[in-house]
Amino acid sequence: MSPIQPLPITAYTATSCMGRGLEATRAALAAQRTFLAPCRFLGLELPTWVGEVAGLDEPVPGPGLAAYDCRNNRLAALGLRQDGFLEAVERATRRYGAGRIGVFLGSSTSGLLQTELAYRRRDAVTGALPAGLHYAQTHNMFSLGDYVRRSLGLAGPASVTSVACASSAKVFSAAARAIEAGVVDAALVGGVDTLCLTTLYGFGSLELLAPQACRPFDARRNGISIAEAAAFALVERRDSPEAGAAWLAGFGESSDAHHMSSPHPEGRGAYEAMAQALARAGLEARDIDYINLHGTGTPSNDRSEDAAVMSLFGDRVPASSTKGAHGHALGAAGALEAVICLIALRDGFMPGGLNAGEPDPALHTRYLRRNQAGALRRVMSNSFGFGGANCALVFTGGTQQ
Amino acid sequence: MKLTVQAIGVLGPGLDGWASALPVLRGEAALPAVATAVPPPLRLPPPERRRVGQSVRLALAVAEQVFAQVPHAPATTASVFASSGGDGENCDALCRSLAEDVPHASPTRFTNSVHNAPAGYWSIAAGATGPSTSVCAFDASFAAGLLEAAIYACCEDEPVALIAYDMLYPQPLHALRPVLAPFAAALVLVPGHAASGLARIELSGYGAGTHAAAATPALEALRAGVPAARCLPLLEAIARLAPAGAGPAGVPPAGVLPAEVALEGLPGQVLRVGVSPCR
Repeated sequence: MSPIQPLPITAYTATSCMGRGLEATRAALAAQRTFLAPCRFLGLELPTWVGEVAGLDEPVPGPGLAAYDCRNNRLAALGLRQDGFLEAVERATRRYGAGRIGVFLGSSTSGLLQTELAYRRRDAVTGALPAGLHYAQTHNMFSLGDYVRRSLGLAGPASVTSVACASSAKVFSAAARAIEAGVVDAALVGGVDTLCLTTLYGFGSLELLAPQACRPFDARRNGISIAEAAAFALVERRDSPEAGAAWLAGFGESSDAHHMSSPHPEGRGAYEAMAQALARAGLEARDIDYINLHGTGTPSNDRSEDAAVMSLFGDRVPASSTKGAHGHALGAAGALEAVICLIALRDGFMPGGLNAGEPDPALHTRYLRRNQAGALRRVMSNSFGFGGANCALVFTGGTQQ
Repeated sequence: MKLTVQAIGVLGPGLDGWASALPVLRGEAALPAVATAVPPPLRLPPPERRRVGQSVRLALAVAEQVFAQVPHAPATTASVFASSGGDGENCDALCRSLAEDVPHASPTRFTNSVHNAPAGYWSIAAGATGPSTSVCAFDASFAAGLLEAAIYACCEDEPVALIAYDMLYPQPLHALRPVLAPFAAALVLVPGHAASGLARIELSGYGAGTHAAAATPALEALRAGVPAARCLPLLEAIARLAPAGAGPAGVPPAGVLPAEVALEGLPGQVLRVGVSPCR
């Protein structure tokens, strides 16, 4: 596998339970506290904590887009409005044309919540769903991509990648290849996922929900905390006039081919994805300064990832999972944590993993438990999902190109 | 982007396998009035075989078809799965149980609810440890999958399998999203214009345009009625390269002209695919 040419990331933003936009996210990470809270979503008193985004009360904006109104698209709209991201997309549109910008977004459930709630209001006689449920604009997996491209007036190729919890990491590889192939000049990538019944009760049925805020890499870890997030990045051609601050330097993808809902015990697929990402970035393991782990907080996930990281990196590279602060944003996790990596690169700090006060003697990764300052040049972000889908990304800072 | 289609699998109402579908796709025979017959996923280990739903069986059936025709090992071939709706029956069952007074979800149904369930089961069945992705673009899902697969093959200089599938939602969702019939198609693509294969294709552009219809009313009804069947104009163009009686990989007759197919993309858009015989 030969190295790729790094591609500039000219804008990025994230909105989660930690706050709206980069400044709030940065402040939340600096505070080293959790933004997870006991689940009160829809009045459901589930025995778990979640990372809910407050204030998704306004219908989605945009002329002619009322049918797209649902929690997931509301969060997409809120996320797009932060950090001058819309303006950056407008500048790219002027540069390349609307038809030359791809939209590649990740989600695990898109606006499925809309249909879940409609099923509670089925006609008692006919069983029909209530009027006003817009399947294409809310339920269908592509509703997210369709809402975003229409609200921004983009006309290039668009799709939603849905590979469970690796969804919005893989869109970075899709974008990089589409730019390399000359199909687009720039790509809006990212992920949006919101709380819904399928994931809350589904992970509950698998006994994978932590009864308190999740504790990645802690000896007492006992499951995940589901969260919602919207995170976006604009990836452009190498010759973009706005290039310079952050770069997508490598990506790696693999499949476990092992089990639908459990990772390979030795982290075989995770190792392969990380090794590929290094190779595409033209780097050795020793070149990576920090790894943002997938680190969900289930016993088997963290053990598997630890094994893979130890095999490839040994115990030299500082690593942490930030999910103790923001939870597991499922299909949006890859993009949210990619943005956290970009903040870490820019600000020169490594976020410590929360709720990991009791080290697990069976885990050997050099796990950071407190924020640590340090000039970072190259960082890796891991995302792994159901179905054995694995993706690792390498980002580099502005001075390395 | 130039590629070669090495093999095609197809499964739908009246269509079961490339060789037997050729007369229908060439317009020489009527589309048989037979429901989609989905075989069991025999390659899956028994525990997984018991858990899978119809969408996984459908997707795996065309994957089996297509890999039976090529020397490429499924274990080492990257894959792109494209579907508009995933597993509609599973989605309906989950929504029903979540709407009960005491909401609940079956662990197996939840595991199978991920859009990449067919990709996950295929990787287990085939021992495929390479890259795989699963995409959705509503009615443009086939074009999105073909574009993703072509980009992968050309950038990585590797073969790739594209598997597109869609099945029905039961009521009450069927009323909102009426899909005509279960349908799946698979293509094994290699980068570049190879000397042998079913057809050379060239993805020449994505943008505004009017998409092609299928050549016969029955196939057009299928194309318009199932997102995955939006591939039919491409399959017809490839089928027409091979002369009647020459078999699926026959030598093209003299005078067959390259065709361009405008595959349906997002509303008002098309993916233009040039189709020409292998020489």
